[in-house]
Amino acid sequence: MATVELKNVRKRFGPQEVIHGVDLAIADREFVAIVGPSGCGKSTLLRMIAGLEEITEGEVLIDGLPVRDVPPARRGLAMVFQSYALYPHMTVAENMSFSLRLAGVPKQERDQKVRAVAAILEMEPLLDRRPRALSGGQLQRVAIGRAMVRQPKAFLLDEPLSNLDAALQAQMRLELVRLHRDLETTMIYVTHDQVEAMTMADRIVVMNEGKVEQAGSPMELYQKPATLFAAGFIGAPKMNFLDARVLDASDAQLALTVVNGVTVEIPGRREAIAPGDRVKLGVRPEHVSIEESGELHGEIKVLEHLGPRTYLHAQLDDGTRLVVQAAGDTGIREGDRPAFRIRADACHVFDAFGRRLT
Amino acid sequence: MKTTWRSRLMPTLAGWTVALAMFFPIFWMFLTGFKTEITAVATPPAAIFRPTLENYSAVLQRADYVQFAINSVVVALGSTLVALMLAVPAAYSMAFFPTRRTRDILLWMLSTKMLPAVGVLVPIYLLWRNFGLLDTRVGLVLIDSISVLPIVVWMLFSFFREVPSQILEASRMDGATQGQELMHVLLPLSMPGIAATALLSIILCWNEAFWSLNLTTVKAATLTAFTASFSNPEGLFWAKLSAASTLAIAPILVFGWISQRQLVRGLSFGAVK
Repeated sequence: MATVELKNVRKRFGPQEVIHGVDLAIADREFVAIVGPSGCGKSTLLRMIAGLEEITEGEVLIDGLPVRDVPPARRGLAMVFQSYALYPHMTVAENMSFSLRLAGVPKQERDQKVRAVAAILEMEPLLDRRPRALSGGQLQRVAIGRAMVRQPKAFLLDEPLSNLDAALQAQMRLELVRLHRDLETTMIYVTHDQVEAMTMADRIVVMNEGKVEQAGSPMELYQKPATLFAAGFIGAPKMNFLDARVLDASDAQLALTVVNGVTVEIPGRREAIAPGDRVKLGVRPEHVSIEESGELHGEIKVLEHLGPRTYLHAQLDDGTRLVVQAAGDTGIREGDRPAFRIRADACHVFDAFGRRLT
Repeated sequence: MKTTWRSRLMPTLAGWTVALAMFFPIFWMFLTGFKTEITAVATPPAAIFRPTLENYSAVLQRADYVQFAINSVVVALGSTLVALMLAVPAAYSMAFFPTRRTRDILLWMLSTKMLPAVGVLVPIYLLWRNFGLLDTRVGLVLIDSISVLPIVVWMLFSFFREVPSQILEASRMDGATQGQELMHVLLPLSMPGIAATALLSIILCWNEAFWSLNLTTVKAATLTAFTASFSNPEGLFWAKLSAASTLAIAPILVFGWISQRQLVRGLSFGAVK
């Protein structure tokens, strides 16, 4: 049970500022995923919440109380590290009960709590083993178990699945969601993998270069990305971007010239835009279709067959690359030159600064 | 197969050459200890001779070997303990909370070893005299621990650096104070390295002769002083000197032999993690 609030949080390492004033309010029991490319500051932000990194400026509030001078252990948070960071010289049970031992909890009570958590995570047979004798997935479980034993107010997870293979990742994603539902605890989850964020989180915070680009529900981010960066980061394969010029902006629609003078008419009114402005037109692969009457033309360079669907990587006549999602059994081959149609009502328009035009 | 055999030949030869070159003087000293004074200085050197124990009895008669040996043990262990107690927190701080000056401090510590000990003999002697530390074990422990300290700090620093900092952070999240982090996590994890450091420090302190010769006379003198006392102005008595030296190095040699595996394991700690 905890709310976590960041108020204009900044972090400087020497003269270099890596977090440029982040504001974020995380509700009790919320599952928030912080995503962004490596080096965007997401791990540093998490470590500042944990208390492992000093807060240069601003405030971190846990349950409404500022924690700047509160040592990590007394913030009531538990952290799962990317490298698991288990104590190699202790057994699984000792790893899990270490925090209780430090807190002076009697042995019997410690054992009881460890057993209870081990039962939830189905790892009772592992309790007497040392980390050395465990597989990656098992290590991950122990790391989560160690965090659970403390019954923290909130869990902080720093890329916990990135060392696992794809199948195990998928399984652990579901387990974490189940765990979050059962434990009813706030979770803050840092990852560079947008799929993890999309599938698990109630809310996603997209970070780039030490700033929050956008925060919102997974579908909000998918449907209405606020910036060019967020648009490109969320969704796989990533959104297509076409250079465009505003032809006409009326109350009813926005007409854009894209590749080779082709015009795309997007319904709805857009603010702060005038004919002649340069913009970016964003369209997801699933919103481009192959139709004989399509307005764009290009050559298919690569086909990616995924079974239920196929991704066509095309090069348009002006050299722009376009990824198109098609059915699994499309008869198209590499080298073909089909026509493409963009679903105008699903298009996103960004101005020269990368901001969404609404 | 042939290439493997050939490529192994050179390193094997080199290894044996170095080992023999290092071992031969000790072996010769060991032999000389069993010769009479006359056969000891014979040219050409006698390889076959009638062994005698008279040097050993003469040496043991002239000086109280046990007393020197006890001093050596106390000083070697005591200095190592003091050095470790100072070096563990120092290395911990430098390994996990480095500042811009950490590198410089490490280098400066090492640079003190570049100064010949004799350069500070007079000030140290006067200090020790004023504090009543001359010819005391405490005095010798102090100076020996100071002189091994840079090496001990360096070694511990590099061993600590091998410990992933996330493990220490995990213990901090678990509620460990700095002391608990050190006791329950860092020290157990770097035990092989700490043991190797302690062994090396014991060996260095055991063999330390300069301060032992200059700061002690009878009461606190160690086996190195015991050995040196057999080279006197009336001339060298090679056979007795060899017997005394053999007695002085025998304990540490046996100790080194026993702890060999631990030492190698510790020194290659991290490389095999």
